[in-house]
Amino acid sequence: MTVQDAGRRGMLRFGVSGAGPMDPDAMRMANALVGNPADAATLEFAFFGGAIRFGDDRMVAVCGAVRDLRIGGNPVAPWQSHLVRAGQEVTIGAMAEAVWGYVAIGGGIGTQPVLGARSTHLRTGIGGIEGRTLQAGDMLPLGGAEPMPMRKLGAPWRVRSGAIHVVPGPQDDRFGATAVTVFLRGPFTVTQKRDRMAMVLDGPRIHAEMGHDIVSDGTLPGSIQVPGSGQPLVLLSDRQTTGGYPKIATIASVDLPRLAQMVSSRPFRFTAISQSRAEDMLIAHRDSFSRALAEVETAR
Amino acid sequence: MTQAPTILPSGDRALTFRIAEGIDAAANAEVIALAAALDAAGIDGVTERVPTYGSLLVCYDPERIRGAALERRLIDLHAALDVRAQPARLWRVPVHYGGEAGLDLETLAEEKRMSPEALVALHHGAEYRVFMIGFAPGFTYLGGLPEPLHTPRLRVPRQFIPAGAIGIGGRQASVNSVAGPSGWRFIGGTPVRPFDPKRRDPVLFAAGDRILFEPIDAATFDRLARRAAEGSPLIAPEGM
Repeated sequence: MTVQDAGRRGMLRFGVSGAGPMDPDAMRMANALVGNPADAATLEFAFFGGAIRFGDDRMVAVCGAVRDLRIGGNPVAPWQSHLVRAGQEVTIGAMAEAVWGYVAIGGGIGTQPVLGARSTHLRTGIGGIEGRTLQAGDMLPLGGAEPMPMRKLGAPWRVRSGAIHVVPGPQDDRFGATAVTVFLRGPFTVTQKRDRMAMVLDGPRIHAEMGHDIVSDGTLPGSIQVPGSGQPLVLLSDRQTTGGYPKIATIASVDLPRLAQMVSSRPFRFTAISQSRAEDMLIAHRDSFSRALAEVETAR
Repeated sequence: MTQAPTILPSGDRALTFRIAEGIDAAANAEVIALAAALDAAGIDGVTERVPTYGSLLVCYDPERIRGAALERRLIDLHAALDVRAQPARLWRVPVHYGGEAGLDLETLAEEKRMSPEALVALHHGAEYRVFMIGFAPGFTYLGGLPEPLHTPRLRVPRQFIPAGAIGIGGRQASVNSVAGPSGWRFIGGTPVRPFDPKRRDPVLFAAGDRILFEPIDAATFDRLARRAAEGSPLIAPEGM
């Protein structure tokens, strides 16, 4: 479990990764449910939550496909907010068919911002609590919060299904037409080698005709690097800011959280779209997400 | 303008403006000049820009500017570039050659059939250019390493190299910024911390800067290292 907010901005040219959430929509939704600004700092967990004891009365919302969520021992629903009383414990069990989950607490996590954000970047050891994953016994400071009613979504937040959209490039020309065809035919699965920096894919091996070394250039969340092993590597929030492997494609922003949430056994395929089409999809997605946020309502 | 640029699609929130595919000081200067021109243009919707060896990665928010429009702006900026007009900052970086961080000084000198003193003299006799900052916060990729010092990387990287280690990797030189694993060869260390998140300027060097290394002894290194630990950048750039 790490502290994550929207992440660092404008620091890539200094070699500083953005960090930030693996599933920004889930994080923002959790914040909206407890009345926080969308980019307030939350707790992000992978596969399994844990137990959090509250020092005062606070609103809490857990967004993620958790099987078992309890407050003071009583089962409650994720994707809506609940009032937790001082001294009570929130226990968050395992994820079902997903990987990343978010805990938003009214007032937000109030750890000291580092380089403009509270997000933890594990490899550099900055942000959050001492730049590391949380340990049992850590005390988390919180921001101030006003009393507010419990909230829930107006309608379930549906995540699209189907192939993962990619925009070919920046170095697809180094692979040759056959390799690109093999890449788009797939199918792939996400292997167990996955963390906040990157995830390794399993599937057909991809061979770059012009070699697997380039002079290093900038990387993005969703860059698909292919090293000499032929196994594609999807770069994520905590990635190194530059890399020397050719990148066959970049995952469309709308589909990157969906791929990050993909469990390791499920096969999927890529489908190629243009940059302009991917931009349209991102803009449309932001519209529908804003509408979903606007429909957050008081829970009865 | 030296070469025709290529614009490579990089998803729905970035473009890669490629000027050259190799490692070349003139192309790198062009990349850095384009980054400066982009900053000066203040284009709404541009969120990040990352100059690297031969390309400029430009990130944008498609709700504020579409990739196609940004592409046209970049082509115009590039066409109007005056690369010669770019000022370059000069840093004098104190280095204790050998010592704790200089793991490879003796063996490298032996491999190259020169004395450690001659190797050190070659290294600090050259002026270096920061080609890019990347890989890790503040990690400084330098060009300008004298040819006799070019040395392949280790096949098996070492697990721990301290921050401030002065490295050689192939035909490049480096100033390490954060402790971590590395396959480069190391001949000394600087008390200067290229990256300190607590400092007002967390990252000292920038692409396009010039660097001169100046030898210091172990006692000076220790004294400066204590000041660096208290947050002093130790050095300031000349020429701005």
